[in-house]
Amino acid sequence: MPETTPDAASLEFRDVTKRYPGAEHPAVDDLSLEVAAGEICVLVGPSGCGKTTAMRMVNRLIDITEGDILVGEQSVRDRKPSELRREIGYAIQQTGLFPHHTVGDNIATVPKLLGWDKDRIRERVDELIELISLDPDEVRDRFPAQLSGGQRQRIGVARSLAADPRILLMDEPFGAIDPINRERLQNEFLRLQAKLSKTVVFVTHDIDEAIKMGDRIAVMRAPGKLAQYATPAEMLLNPANEFVEQFVGADRALKRLALQRVRDIDLWKVAHARVGDRVREVRTRIEDSDLELAMLLDDEGRPQHWLDERELQGETVEADSGPEATPVVELDDVLRDALGYLLSAETQFGPVVDDAGRMVGVLSMEVISHALHMPADQVRSSTDLIPEDEELLPGEDEAA
Amino acid sequence: MIEVLAQIQFEKRTGAGCVAENGFCPSWIANNINKYWTPLLEHIYLTVVSLGLGFLIAFSLALLAHRRRWLTGPITGVTGALYTVPSVAAFLLLLPITGRGNLTAIVALVAYTLLILFRNITTGLRNVPADVVDAARGMGLTDGQILRQVELPLALPEILAGVRIALTTTVGLATLAFFAGGGGLGKQIYSESAGTGGLFFKSNVVVAGGLAVLLAAFGDLLILGGQRLALPWRRVTAT
Amino acid sequence: MSLLILAQATGGGSLGCGNPPQRPIFIDAFDFVVKQRESVSGGVCIGGPKEILDLAATHLLISFIAVAIAVLISVPLGLYLGHKGKGEFMAISASNVGRAVPSLALLAFFVAFVGVGYVNVILVLTLLAIPPILTNAYVGVQQVDRDLVGAARGMGLTESQIIRQVELPLAMPTVFAGLRTSAVAVVATATIAPLANVQSLGTPIITPQTYGLAGQIGAALVVALITLVIDAGLGRAQRLSTPKGLTINERGAKRRRFAFLTPRTES
Repeated sequence: MPETTPDAASLEFRDVTKRYPGAEHPAVDDLSLEVAAGEICVLVGPSGCGKTTAMRMVNRLIDITEGDILVGEQSVRDRKPSELRREIGYAIQQTGLFPHHTVGDNIATVPKLLGWDKDRIRERVDELIELISLDPDEVRDRFPAQLSGGQRQRIGVARSLAADPRILLMDEPFGAIDPINRERLQNEFLRLQAKLSKTVVFVTHDIDEAIKMGDRIAVMRAPGKLAQYATPAEMLLNPANEFVEQFVGADRALKRLALQRVRDIDLWKVAHARVGDRVREVRTRIEDSDLELAMLLDDEGRPQHWLDERELQGETVEADSGPEATPVVELDDVLRDALGYLLSAETQFGPVVDDAGRMVGVLSMEVISHALHMPADQVRSSTDLIPEDEELLPGEDEAA
Repeated sequence: MIEVLAQIQFEKRTGAGCVAENGFCPSWIANNINKYWTPLLEHIYLTVVSLGLGFLIAFSLALLAHRRRWLTGPITGVTGALYTVPSVAAFLLLLPITGRGNLTAIVALVAYTLLILFRNITTGLRNVPADVVDAARGMGLTDGQILRQVELPLALPEILAGVRIALTTTVGLATLAFFAGGGGLGKQIYSESAGTGGLFFKSNVVVAGGLAVLLAAFGDLLILGGQRLALPWRRVTAT
Repeated sequence: MSLLILAQATGGGSLGCGNPPQRPIFIDAFDFVVKQRESVSGGVCIGGPKEILDLAATHLLISFIAVAIAVLISVPLGLYLGHKGKGEFMAISASNVGRAVPSLALLAFFVAFVGVGYVNVILVLTLLAIPPILTNAYVGVQQVDRDLVGAARGMGLTESQIIRQVELPLAMPTVFAGLRTSAVAVVATATIAPLANVQSLGTPIITPQTYGLAGQIGAALVVALITLVIDAGLGRAQRLSTPKGLTINERGAKRRRFAFLTPRTES
């Protein structure tokens, strides 16, 4: 990032109420919440719950009726709306890209308003296009109509970042994209966020997206009330009320498993064996382990077969016998996926390997069920969950 | 009475047998074409001035109605009534007020352009996608900047479509301006006194009527061409 | 100031239809409509309700015949083309070309090449009336949601049932808008019918040597009034032709509209 990067600002809703004349209930009712600088706060809830209204009051697209919103300790009410908005990034579902401007000009909108000089704008535009994994020379001079849906969404996000805003408002920014590409864009944004550490207010109606994107989630319910404000793990473990419990869904335990990786939990120890080992020694090792079986490893330490009572006869361990060591679980798998592997292999447990494929332990149903009861503060935050090596395939979202 | 006029007309004419037989006479046209240039210029003058003034008025009204939505109905009603009154009647009804001549013609022609232009400009502004305006406001563009940088450029195709309709309509109606004592090609088509043979002389009708049609078509193509140049983003398609 | 132009006193008076006194021109024009007087050149009685009604009757008759023929031709054609999705260029450019040809030029062309008389005038008016109706019928059908037509087909409606039960009702407001544009244009153009030797409300306008300024302006007033009435009437018909489901809003309330303000959807 260039030297202009201002620090991300904290955000506070202080008893904020929005009332429309003639409406029976307020659209937002006495909302108070704090977002720490650099965190993603997701506003989630069914349609009509007031989440978008709440977000739009931050940059004063909607006027606050009562209460106040503080951006970096300063009231938004004291600011001239157009100036305030130039400091706050804004990305929306329909992208709102200017169809008559090129991609480059679209991204340059706010820098131009702020009077940046031409060279600085050009540099910034290219930097941002690269940041969202597109080729500046290819897309800079195109019009939005020449891009795919996913590319347009990305340009929308790049445009909102153009002037290094202290806060970013995103209103269902990936809502109009098919599920596969939405996941890619979500991952890409989280990776971006790991670098930029913006304060983000993210509106969605999709609880899975909220759990994935949010450092903290504000569940809202009509009319404009905050039902719970908590980290994803805390909310999944202890829903504050019946509404949140229902909104999160009956599978909230499973959802919670998506927040944890195999790496993060205590695995079962298992007895190792290699061809030529003495059977008696292997039996001793089994007694010190959590399982009545041993795992036969090859020379590189990769799991080969399970060895049970029948195989552990004679003097030494022999090759090519026993049940196969499937499914193989990796340390980076999230628990939900790992559970899926176990279930589809119709087994209670499976070997876990590291990056090099070496045996490190055993994951079992029991281990997973134990992880479900782990306290919320020991569950890792979402930003760490994104695989670093995920490549964006060329033309990945042409179907959009 | 018309027959009598027709006979007088025949006697007045000079030239070859083609003219006497009221045929389509290329040689007569070649000899008399100079008589059409001034009326053509007058016609262009009437059209351009009326369209220009009409656009200024309609544009101001449209901007007003854009900010104050409730004005759209009343303005459409009034301009609609102006549009409905037949041009010939309008020319005559204005005569006692504005006198014979171009002023009356222009006032009436301007009145005709208002509905078309106002409707197209407001429709164009209204059809600007709401998300684009929302994004513009969210990024901190002021109302004036949104109007100039976003709404008007995006409404331009609709606005120009209105200008095209208004242009061809005005060229057509300007042929009737002679009722108000205005000039233009209509006088050539109709009148004996224009020295081109009037309504019954085929060669005259073809030349004068043809020039009016060509003027409309040429103006239309001119705006269409300008529109192509001004709107590069409309020509692109998704890859 | 020119409003104070006074009507010229006309000579004679021997016919017994009298001479109008001097007064402001618009009042004189009104008087022309309601009361007979002697012509400017003398020798005949002009004006008054009887002559105006006679002229108006011819005016409206030729207009009505022309519009009726135009409807019979262009509505079925427009519906068919729109339903088939064919002939877009023809249907759309019809109204563009129609606008580019001045009505006076078209009438003059007929007078010079075909001749004068009722048939020719009606032909000219019909030609003027066709483009807006044709284009609007086509556009009206085309803008019916294609999914809706697909659904109708999926439910087993035949093509002609689709046209009659789905496309025509939904296109009705647009068709009426075209009809309205055409009718107003035809009534306006019928004003210059006297150029082709057909007497209409244009007669006093085109022959000031007989009818005088008062006659010209009186006739202009009547023509203007008639078109405004027709426009408002057809505007009302346009609204009545709109299927109810399209005019009520979410709350079930009908949208408030004035006949004056009904949009003319013309492309």
